[in-house]
Amino acid sequence: MHPAFSVVFFTTATGAGYGLLALLGMLGGFQIIPPDFWLGFIGMGLALGLIAAGLLSSTGHLGRPERAWRAFSQWRSSWLSREGVASVATFVPAGLFGIGWVALGKTGDWVGIAGLVAACGAVITVCTTGMIYASLKPIAQWHSRFTLPGYLIFSAMTGSVLLNALLQGFAVGSKMLLVACLLLTLLGWGWKLATWRYNDALEIPTTANTATGLVGGTVRSLEWPHTEENYLLKEMGFRIARKHSARLRQITQVLAFALPVLLLSATFALPWSFAAVLSVLAAIAQLSGMLVERWLFFAEAKHTVMLYYGR
Amino acid sequence: MTCLPSQGGKKLGLVIDLDTCVGCQACVTACKEWNTGGHMAPLTDIDPYGGTVDGVWFNRVHAYEHTTEMGGRTVNFPRSCLHCETPACVTVCPTGASYKRASDGIVLIDEDKCIGCKLCSWACPYGAREFDTDVGVMKKCTLCVDRIYNDNLAEEDRVPACVAACPTSARHFGDLGDPLSAVSQLVAERGGVDLMPELGYQPTNKYLPPRAHTQRAASVPAPALEPVRTEGGFLGWVDRMLSN
Repeated sequence: MHPAFSVVFFTTATGAGYGLLALLGMLGGFQIIPPDFWLGFIGMGLALGLIAAGLLSSTGHLGRPERAWRAFSQWRSSWLSREGVASVATFVPAGLFGIGWVALGKTGDWVGIAGLVAACGAVITVCTTGMIYASLKPIAQWHSRFTLPGYLIFSAMTGSVLLNALLQGFAVGSKMLLVACLLLTLLGWGWKLATWRYNDALEIPTTANTATGLVGGTVRSLEWPHTEENYLLKEMGFRIARKHSARLRQITQVLAFALPVLLLSATFALPWSFAAVLSVLAAIAQLSGMLVERWLFFAEAKHTVMLYYGR
Repeated sequence: MTCLPSQGGKKLGLVIDLDTCVGCQACVTACKEWNTGGHMAPLTDIDPYGGTVDGVWFNRVHAYEHTTEMGGRTVNFPRSCLHCETPACVTVCPTGASYKRASDGIVLIDEDKCIGCKLCSWACPYGAREFDTDVGVMKKCTLCVDRIYNDNLAEEDRVPACVAACPTSARHFGDLGDPLSAVSQLVAERGGVDLMPELGYQPTNKYLPPRAHTQRAASVPAPALEPVRTEGGFLGWVDRMLSN
């Protein structure tokens, strides 16, 4: 599948944004994180900024963005519509929580409830994003049991690493959160390796035989219907060389998982200023690595229509 | 609503005979010609006279080499929307632009509602939908909905343009929901198949597989050619000289 930058950025940014929002909503609303104006302002600004930037970026993928409002109507059947509804609906409790926690400096009570509701909304939105891909039968690499948990794990992972960078920056970092960041990053690493392993061994029942209804033997594409690339080849026929894929997987592992694990481990033993710098570096490395991961998620996915083209 | 309608009895669709299709592309051009002025018009062409020509087509004819232990053969394969009974392209649509008609099962797009998110084209395993980058909306086969019910056309012309154009009658149009219809009987008689049945989209269109190879060659009444006799004498000498 063609890795459109708007969608790669959208899923990575909103994943991290909703992860951070969910953690802030739960931990801030119940005073596990101290109510500090600048901490709250930057934290909520970062979370909502990532979400808004991602959502705006996704409309760049549309042919008729001015009609985007219509996408809220078909939530009964469409995961994309559900994602639209959930993402916008989550802004309401998130906004209330932001006002209460940041502007009024309150925790608990209705602010705590708004924080919890925002956290639920964030989790639901990430689930809907994952289901958009997991529900597509023609793309076997996405239509698997790895996709939805992957989106949730990566959202929690990037969100927690961002939160850690934020708290370390304000010198209120916690060992508990560091441990959580490390465990989530290791879980994400393991999940990604398992996903790649599953995809590499994938054998699907759909073949050129079932695609053409020709039984037995081999079906070889002799002639395409057209000499130039068409929409199908541009959108669904994206191919990546095996050697590039292997290199990009290594880059993903280093940036998104290995480097953050090293940097976060080092922060345990270091004084505040170093810990803060390393935590921020860990977050930047991980988000860059996740952009590569998401690019590969698209580039390595194969659509059944390419069977008609002998690919 | 992009929820699927409860299935009525009528299922309009095509039956495509892979035995008689000669790959002449007449259905492709007839489709383009009719539909670029029809219900989903225009079928935009980008850079039509340049080096990177691209454009929207509803019907594309592939050619395959099918090799079995019986030998190999070329199979021409027209590919277009199959008007599935459970079309995921419809249910994934976030705006309600894609819909399946309860009255005859045709899958259509309301171009005024389409936001061009392209998700329907990802959900279609058959590549039936093509994005019009110029208009910014998705386009697809309408089963010539503006021909088959068109009172301004003569009765025999109320079939999809591709069916009307086919010179070998490899394309048949009719109601596949009615077991007594000509198309349903043709499917039963020839063992018509679904494409990618394992994905569960339940396509309405059926493909008739090529007939089995046969040993019964047509008899040729003309006598077989004899080998050319070697010429002797002067002409033979000239022939040998010139052949050296």
